[in-house]
Amino acid sequence: MKRTQRILSFALAALLLLPMSAALAVDDGFSATYTYNYDYWGDLRESPDAYRVDQVVYSRSLGLDVPMRKPQSLYAKGSDLYVCDTGNNRILQLRRDADKQFSLVRVISEINGAEPATFNSPSDIALDSAGNIYICDTNNNRIVKVDKDLNYLQSFVKPLDSTFDQSLSFLPSRLVVDSVGRVFTLATHVNKGLVKYEANGEFTGFVGANTVKYNLWEYIWKTFFTTKEQRDQQAAFVPTEYENICIDKEGFIYATNIVFSEYDLMSDVAKPIRRLNSIGSDILIKNDRYPPIGDLEWVEGTNDYGPSKFKDITVLDNDIYIAVDRTRGRLFGYDPQGIMLWAFGTKGNSEGAFLSAISIEHMGNDLMVLDENESSITVFTPTEYGNLIYRANDQYLKGDYDGSADTWREVLKLNANYNSAFIGIGRALMRQEAYGEAMEYFKMAHDRQNYGRAYRYYRKILVEKNIGWIVAVVAALLVIPLVIRKVKGVKEEVEAYERRKVAH
Amino acid sequence: MNAAKSLTNGASPAERRAGWKRYKASMRYGLYVIFHPFDGFWDLVHEQRGSLPAAHTYLFLFLLTYVLRLMLTNFQFITAPIQYINVYEQCGSLLFPFLVLCVSNWALSTLFDGKGRFRDIYMAMCYALVPYILIQLPLILVSNMISFDEAAYYQVLGSVSVIWCVFLVFVGLMQVHDYTPGKTVIFLFFTVFGALVILFLILVFFSLLSDAIGFFVSLYREIAFRLY
Repeated sequence: MKRTQRILSFALAALLLLPMSAALAVDDGFSATYTYNYDYWGDLRESPDAYRVDQVVYSRSLGLDVPMRKPQSLYAKGSDLYVCDTGNNRILQLRRDADKQFSLVRVISEINGAEPATFNSPSDIALDSAGNIYICDTNNNRIVKVDKDLNYLQSFVKPLDSTFDQSLSFLPSRLVVDSVGRVFTLATHVNKGLVKYEANGEFTGFVGANTVKYNLWEYIWKTFFTTKEQRDQQAAFVPTEYENICIDKEGFIYATNIVFSEYDLMSDVAKPIRRLNSIGSDILIKNDRYPPIGDLEWVEGTNDYGPSKFKDITVLDNDIYIAVDRTRGRLFGYDPQGIMLWAFGTKGNSEGAFLSAISIEHMGNDLMVLDENESSITVFTPTEYGNLIYRANDQYLKGDYDGSADTWREVLKLNANYNSAFIGIGRALMRQEAYGEAMEYFKMAHDRQNYGRAYRYYRKILVEKNIGWIVAVVAALLVIPLVIRKVKGVKEEVEAYERRKVAH
Repeated sequence: MNAAKSLTNGASPAERRAGWKRYKASMRYGLYVIFHPFDGFWDLVHEQRGSLPAAHTYLFLFLLTYVLRLMLTNFQFITAPIQYINVYEQCGSLLFPFLVLCVSNWALSTLFDGKGRFRDIYMAMCYALVPYILIQLPLILVSNMISFDEAAYYQVLGSVSVIWCVFLVFVGLMQVHDYTPGKTVIFLFFTVFGALVILFLILVFFSLLSDAIGFFVSLYREIAFRLY
């Protein structure tokens, strides 16, 4: 009986799916699980696409004579996109026109008035608010600052300070410039944090060193039970270097870290994404059940096994940050509360897949991802679904809570598994004093704090409305036993009296 | 034992009534034991105040409470993936260690000069679970009436129920075996160790058994291939 049922239901499902399979068969490079999110239990839930490929920019489509070789970094400012073509010792400046088409503006391979005038493996670039260009000229051991016409202004070189190990060569690999012209750079083999320069080029120390973590047992083992040769073979107790940095509009630096133990991820000891304040403490907000670590699970026995390793990160204007993972070629978007908005991407050669994503930038809400080995820039634009999520977040930040709830309802129509939508609607309902309904939405999203808050109001109203009944029941519980006892007492007295009367 | 017999069908109505009365008395005795553990556990076994059917009932109620708690507690206070929970598995994962601990305790009591028989140990352990039932069952209701900010009350009561049970197990075993407190601590430590040994033996037994079966199966196949 059961089996026939199963066969029948399977046939029915197949029939229903038949018209859909034609639509699914159109291969646009997006498999069924391209975009996803994680639910409360940490299980992967497929979702509609939040982003789709708008175009892929190759050396050929830009009309470059010498194709890009091992490009390392992207930088976007206004409609300009700078690409560090590291392998060719040059920098490409692209511009996006109104039709979102990229064209080459100029190739920067020389600067005026500096010695040497050419670059050697330039690996990162940044612009300050005045339009001056800062270039990490890695193998020339310098960061050069030039104006927009490429006239040399200043250079930031190896600090001649005792805190900087003078035996190391200075190899700046990534840099950011803040609003007052201070430069923060990641230098290879420097594990004390970001190297910080004032606007006048003066080295003023390190910011945000990774703290070293080891437990007591590890310490005892390494100190007393291993020989010097063994110790040299093992990983030393040194802080690790950051992988990449980016600066948001408030001047906080987002840093990613890819050297950690897999077991430290869930307990949030590893902290692969950090937001550093001016004294270098991590102030990233984490209000979700899971910390922002990218993938929560991975399939054993596959090539791309292991935790997500964030090669780069970018922060949108609304404080949503997006990190790009090298392990599985995925992009992870998080809102300012640390809640995952979406995740998508895969490894491969097709559109929207990466071989070795290395850098990410944004123009508005559009994303550009640089692939090192493919030497291509993939441009993503948000879909209707992605735009709805952004709009709901923006409306909430602006204080338009009801409008935000309406947008979240639209999101739920496209993806009924979206937790933030339930919370957003629940919040709006709570403001409208529909506490009972709000509780249902919060429960759906497993949001305990908000559920508790709504429940307190709900309970208060319930008690106030039924206070008469409650008092009556409590009074009855107190009075009735008294009455019963009294009646029993009287009865016994009467009986005793009767008995005595009979006896007399 | 009389109570168990008198509850079966063979007993006369009078016997049955007496058995029922005794069952009720031994159930009610559970309430006395948790408030007067030293007297209570002594009389439980030495004065025949407890009964096996009552112990079974308490164990059953304990399992029931545990399952109900997982299913009905408000989601603000418990993280239980309802969709993955298997009731039998949950009960088994409680019952099996419970019985293994009882057996290990009984087995080791010979070495430690304990006075308790197996049924005494089992009864004491079951009666020690009463506070959990008494506190956790109402807590399920309470959890649906309080909010997340008031979680402290819920958690304190929950901890009290567990600590109380552990204390009762300790006192119960002490009285059943007629030990001093110090000896009971050492004895409990060895009981846990013994339980681990039992688990190890069970594992070894089953792996050897499957090897043996595998051997005979392959032997049969070999012969079957040769013959046909």
